[in-house]
Amino acid sequence: MSVRTMRGQVAIAGIGETHYYRHGKSPDAEFKLALKAIQAACDDAGIDPREIDGFSSYANDRNEASRLAAALGTRRLRSSLMQWGGGGGGCCAAVANGAAAIATGMAECVVVFRALAQGAQGRFGTGASTAGAPENAYMQPYGVLSPTQKFTLKIRRYMELHGVRQEALRAIALAAYQHAQANPRAVMHGKPLDAAQYDASRWIVEPLHLYDCCQENDGAAAVVLVAAERARTLRHPPAFLLGAASGSGHRTGAHPHNAPHYASASFDGVAQDCFRMAGVTPADVGVVQVYENFTGGVVMALAEHGFFAPEQANEFLTLENLTAPAGKLPFNTSGGNLAEAYLHGFELVVEATRQIRRTSTSQAARSDISMVIGAPLVSPVSNLILGSEATL
Amino acid sequence: MTYLPAGLPAPTEDVEGLSAPYWRGLREGKLLVQRCVRCTAWQFGPEWICHGCHSFELNWVEVTPRGTIFSWERVWHPVHAALKSHGPYLVVLVELAQAGGVRMLGNLLGDPMQSVAIGAPVHGEFEPHSEVEPPYTLLHWRAA
Repeated sequence: MSVRTMRGQVAIAGIGETHYYRHGKSPDAEFKLALKAIQAACDDAGIDPREIDGFSSYANDRNEASRLAAALGTRRLRSSLMQWGGGGGGCCAAVANGAAAIATGMAECVVVFRALAQGAQGRFGTGASTAGAPENAYMQPYGVLSPTQKFTLKIRRYMELHGVRQEALRAIALAAYQHAQANPRAVMHGKPLDAAQYDASRWIVEPLHLYDCCQENDGAAAVVLVAAERARTLRHPPAFLLGAASGSGHRTGAHPHNAPHYASASFDGVAQDCFRMAGVTPADVGVVQVYENFTGGVVMALAEHGFFAPEQANEFLTLENLTAPAGKLPFNTSGGNLAEAYLHGFELVVEATRQIRRTSTSQAARSDISMVIGAPLVSPVSNLILGSEATL
Repeated sequence: MTYLPAGLPAPTEDVEGLSAPYWRGLREGKLLVQRCVRCTAWQFGPEWICHGCHSFELNWVEVTPRGTIFSWERVWHPVHAALKSHGPYLVVLVELAQAGGVRMLGNLLGDPMQSVAIGAPVHGEFEPHSEVEPPYTLLHWRAA
C-alpha cells in the first residue's frame, strides 16, 4: 500500500489580517472583520474572492461558511469545514482540514480563518465560551471557572514532576514581548517587558503571573490555500504544507481532570504524526510558533515535540535561545498570543508563513522549515509544519 | 459558613441525568463513584458505558472520601462577581487510590496560604448548601 500523505500537495498562497484591537474595542462587527481578513488574504495571493470554494475554521467560529460565500458572491461552495473543540486547539487542524479538501479534489481554493470580536459575546477569560459544558458542574462551585483556573493544575504537576522553574516560564513571556517590540501590528508594540516587571506582576493563579497568560483581543486573520502547482504561479513564494496532525492521546477528554496522562499538553501521538508526515525531525525546525494560552503549556508542548527533554527545560528555555534571528529556536516571532494579539492562534499560522517568505519583523536565520503548535493542554490539539520550495 | 462566598454557580445536573446519583449521594453525605459490574473498573466522571469493557451495566459504589493531593493551585484573580473581594483560595485535585485512582476536584479547607504538597493525604468534608433551592452539597478536602 502506498503511503498516504499530504506532504507538499497544498500551499498557503495568501495571508491577511485586520488591525488587532484590545478585547471589545473593534469598531467593526465580527463578520465584517472576517470579510476584511479574507479579502486581504485574497489580495495578497492575487486571487479573486469569487474563486473561493471552501471555508474552514475552528473553535465554533460564529461566521458561518454559507453566509460568507453569499456575502462574497463566490461562484460555488464546495467545502465547509469546522474542527470540533473550543479554544485554539484547532488553529492548525483548520488548515489541515482545508488542505485535505484540496488534496482529495473536494475543493480548489479554501480560505481558513478565525474572527473574534468579544464585545457582545463575553470574554473567554471569564469562562463564557464553555458555559453550559456538563463538566462545569464539578468545577464552577469550587471557584474553577476560567481557562487559567482549569489548566494550571496540569502545569503545576508537570513543573513539580520535572523540576521546571519559574524562570523557564518567564523566558517564554520575555521572548514574545521582545519580538512584539519589532512588530508594529502587535497590540503590545511599544510596551516592552523585562524580568523585573514580570517578577513583580500579580499572580493570576499560582504559579502563573499576569504575563504568563494570553491577552484577549478583537480582530481576524485568514490564509488562502491552493494546490501546490497553482501556488507556484502566484505572486509570493508558496509556504508548502509538509505535515499536520491533530487529536489527543488515550482518554485525554476524560472530564473532570481524569485523563490518564494528566500532566500533559495533549500532544502524545500528535507530535509524532506531524513529524512523520513532514519527514523532518525537531532539529530541522528553524522557527516555531506555539500557542501561548499559558507559558507553562508552551514548556510542555515544546518538550512533547522533542525540542528538549522535560528535565532540560530550564537550560533550553532562555531568552537568548528563544529570540530571532540567531537563537537556538526562535519562538513566536510576531509576539504571539501574549504580545501580538490573541486571535485564537491563527495569527501564529500567518506568522509561520511570513517566516517561509522571509518577511517577518523578527526573521529567523533558519526558516525553511517553520512549525506551528496549537493550543497546548486542551483536546483536541493540532500542529503543522510549513516548508519552502527548497524542502520539497 | 461555606469555604467560598455565596453566589457561585450551583452544580447543575447534566440534562441526560448521568450525574444525578453522584449529586444525590453528596446530599446524603455519601461519596459515590461509578463502577463497572462486569469488569469492576472505576470511572469518574460518569459515562453511559464502561471505558474498559464497553458494558452498559454500571453501579454507583460508596467510597470513603480519603485520598492524596494529585495537583493544586492557589487562585488569586477573581473571575466571578461573587469572588471579587474574597482573596486567594486553594483548589486541589485529589486522587482516590481505593477507587481505581479516579480524581476529584475541590477546595482545600483551612488557611489559603498554607503550604500544599503533591502526595499529601487529605480527607473529605461535606459542605451542605441548604439555603438555596434546589439544595446541594459540595465535597471539600482537608489535610489529614
